[in-house]
Amino acid sequence: MTSSSVLNDLRRKQILDLLEQGKRVDGRQFDETRNISIEAGVIPKANGSARVRLGDSEVICGVKIQPDRPFPDMGDKGVFICTAELLPLSHPTVETGPPGEAVIELARVVDRGIRESHMVDTSKLVIQKDVSVVGVFADNTVVDYDGNLFDACSYATTVALLSAKSPKWEIKDGDGAPTIVDEGTTVDIPTTTVPVSITMAKIGDHIIVDPNGDEWSCMDARLTITTDSDGNICALQKGGSQGFTIQEIQKCGKIAIDAGKKVRDIITKQVGT
Amino acid sequence: MGGRDTDIVLLDENGIRCDGRKVDQTRKVSIKAGVLKNANGSAYIEFGDNKILAGVYGPRDVHPKHMADTDTGILRCRYHMEPFSVTERKNPAPSRREIEISKVIKEALAPAVILDQFPRTAVDVYIEILQADGGSRCAALDAASVALADAGIPMRDMVCACAAGKVADTIVLDVNNEEDQAGQADMPMGYMPNLDRVTLLQLDGVLSPDEYTKCVETAKHGCLQVYEIQKKALHDRFFVNPGNNDGDSKQ
Repeated sequence: MTSSSVLNDLRRKQILDLLEQGKRVDGRQFDETRNISIEAGVIPKANGSARVRLGDSEVICGVKIQPDRPFPDMGDKGVFICTAELLPLSHPTVETGPPGEAVIELARVVDRGIRESHMVDTSKLVIQKDVSVVGVFADNTVVDYDGNLFDACSYATTVALLSAKSPKWEIKDGDGAPTIVDEGTTVDIPTTTVPVSITMAKIGDHIIVDPNGDEWSCMDARLTITTDSDGNICALQKGGSQGFTIQEIQKCGKIAIDAGKKVRDIITKQVGT
Repeated sequence: MGGRDTDIVLLDENGIRCDGRKVDQTRKVSIKAGVLKNANGSAYIEFGDNKILAGVYGPRDVHPKHMADTDTGILRCRYHMEPFSVTERKNPAPSRREIEISKVIKEALAPAVILDQFPRTAVDVYIEILQADGGSRCAALDAASVALADAGIPMRDMVCACAAGKVADTIVLDVNNEEDQAGQADMPMGYMPNLDRVTLLQLDGVLSPDEYTKCVETAKHGCLQVYEIQKKALHDRFFVNPGNNDGDSKQ
């Protein structure tokens, strides 16, 4: 997205001038996220799903649950995998083809936040140890882009997982394939916590929560911090071509805990847990 | 919670870790600058059992041409693991993990290098992991930073890197492979010591707010220790035994 650098320079100047006056382009407080709208269960054929709009960024996450083989060294754990994809219809600059490094980073950071929070209790997803486990696959597709996909995908994944209903499997004879117990009855995915990712952008010396598309395109650096329901920090990712001071890093931790709490309330209220 | 089951005692009653270190000690680190003949700058680092080679080319013409920037030189970075660098053979094709690490290392080095004097050029940083232990991205960043300095690329500061983490409910410096697998948290940090800028920061694992504060400080102290070793490597390269293994115009 480097095509019109003059426009970018002007936009950055405008955004920075406003920040100097304590204002953001869209009128938000520095530590305020955009409006979050959440819809669970939008794809009935998926085991769990969610459409999340974070401002004008829109993500659909679908969770599919199916029996799988465990990883060789993790025979007593189920499989949890989270991906993210940017669709060509989401922004004029997005093209088809294999994912670039930015999209790979997006997918890995979203996965890391959910995984490291231990939200999905994979130890309860074992059908038969070392042989068969339950695989939970959360796939995010970005359909509209306006900055900060990290948080939009993270919220969509969290909501989709919380609302997912899984069949139950068992293996009847020794080496048979898993079969569904009581077709039609479903259980919740075993979850332990509600992770919330908060992405902060640094523009000049200012740190702002949930940068929109314009802020995203002109930020100096960003920091994504995921917190769990107990207010612990469970994943970090710094990005962008500038750095943070140690003091800023500590401050961002506090912002992420406070802002994360508010978002967690919105998510849990919506899903009703 | 966190980490896999293991028989190793990660931290004994005397506060000694599984490889004999104290909680605030890094593994043995040695860095040598100027180890390759063809590269404009290079460095070799041994960070515990990590063995990593970094080579820098540039500023040079950009291929493909459309990547060139008319305002500034660009920085590119490839972190690559040899198939023989880990216990199970690694597929030599770049994995998603390697692509992500390449990106975060590039972004960790970008604030340090001054490339606006070299418009339409590229500086390429190639990092080869010959043997991997825990913390290879930090060690790779340490070597890459020395290699950039060795190449004579103008820099605002060095970038030094070290991880801190949580092992057996204790914040420790420089998490090794066993501790990474079985420990509770791993936080790699890249830091510009003179400018006080954190340029790489990641975390896997759960930390309370207090542990987070302590972990950041611990990692910073590790970075500062590595910084001294980086400086010594460059000093040895240019002032003790300069140009002993290259024939180009670096002297």
